[in-house]
Amino acid sequence: MTEAKKSAAKKKPAAAKSAKARAGATTVKAGKRRWDIEGIDDWGASRHELGATIPDAGNSVDNETGGWRTNVPTIDPAKCTGCMLCYFYCPDASIVIENDVATGVDLAHCKGCGICAAECPVDAITMSVEEKE
Amino acid sequence: MTKIVDLPEGEFVLSGNRACAGCSLGIGLRAITKALDGQMVMTVPASCLTVLGGMYPVSSVTVPWINVAFASTAAAATGVAAGLRAMGRADGLTVLAMAGDGGTGDIGIQALSGAAERNEDFIYLCYDNEAYMNTGTQRSSHTPRGARTTTTWAGKRENPKDMPAIMEAHGIPYVASTSAVYPDDVYDKVAKARGIRGLRYIQMSTACPPGWGFDPRDTVRLGKLAVQTGLTVLYEVQNGVFGLTSASRTLAQAGRRRPVAELIAAQGRFKGMSDEDVGEIQAWIDSRWERFMAREADPAGH
Repeated sequence: MTEAKKSAAKKKPAAAKSAKARAGATTVKAGKRRWDIEGIDDWGASRHELGATIPDAGNSVDNETGGWRTNVPTIDPAKCTGCMLCYFYCPDASIVIENDVATGVDLAHCKGCGICAAECPVDAITMSVEEKE
Repeated sequence: MTKIVDLPEGEFVLSGNRACAGCSLGIGLRAITKALDGQMVMTVPASCLTVLGGMYPVSSVTVPWINVAFASTAAAATGVAAGLRAMGRADGLTVLAMAGDGGTGDIGIQALSGAAERNEDFIYLCYDNEAYMNTGTQRSSHTPRGARTTTTWAGKRENPKDMPAIMEAHGIPYVASTSAVYPDDVYDKVAKARGIRGLRYIQMSTACPPGWGFDPRDTVRLGKLAVQTGLTVLYEVQNGVFGLTSASRTLAQAGRRRPVAELIAAQGRFKGMSDEDVGEIQAWIDSRWERFMAREADPAGH
């Protein structure tokens, strides 16, 4: 993953400060986890939690689904009217909102479905074929 | 009525999940968890939802979630609700049983019917993607007529099961039908259900790009088109009183439904259907819509 993608990944919507964000919602950041699953394929039965419990809710943020993408969205924040359709229609919560406008996409997780571009009422989002490294 | 722009931004369903690109279940589940403010315990059988919520050892949700055997979604929810009551924790925590259309209408119906008859205290939400999508698109009782699946390779011959009507016949306090591409409607219905005691049943139409055969960018467009044709109807029945909601209510007032042929032409699973078959589906939707109109005109009748 490039540095640019890493920094995009850090700007997750859940982490963005918003007056509308509810107190109960959890912020989960990528990175060090309280449940280390390193080498889990080689664990014996005794190392797993009882009932195959996952004690670290939301550890999927470490699971980067950006590699699934064929087309990549680009957002023009200058055109954005703050209607929030892209944010709530994104199945993967991967639209970055700053100061009530869409400013970017969490490219570590965006699967490239293109719903955001199809539904944007002011055409502020365009899809293009992604150059793979 | 909540507008999309006013939905809470805090997320309980995180990225990095393994749902397909463009899956509308992610849109719906985010709205559901927001409506319950994360104060919930979920029971979930094998389904696409398990793939979205997390395959061991990964979890994409920040709410308690129990994976249960296929037929036991409602039975497990009954037990969790009873357990919370016994521990004095039932207030403020909602038990949400959530399963697919196959896990509800086929495999889970007996446990669900039993729980409804006893009026157990939980919300049962069936997300309806119209086949067993998780295992590669086998037909379910909710698959629409004409749709090709791997087990109906020449097109299914039967109309889908009307599960909300079956649940309504149990006399439970709240039954609703919604669509994942209207997260505002989903939010309002789950928020309303949260404030009701007893068994509450919500069915959520969930457009599926690989199973229905369309470009994932069109998920929201197709889900809305299904409502505009009158195939998916957004409504609720609270204590026996019927009411259309959201886009279906607007559609009833405008009185102009789009032809179902548009919806059929947009999906690969209906490829090669004859005009005669399309006409029969249109006639079926028309007669269904007339019944909804009659109920809308006389909400407490039926």
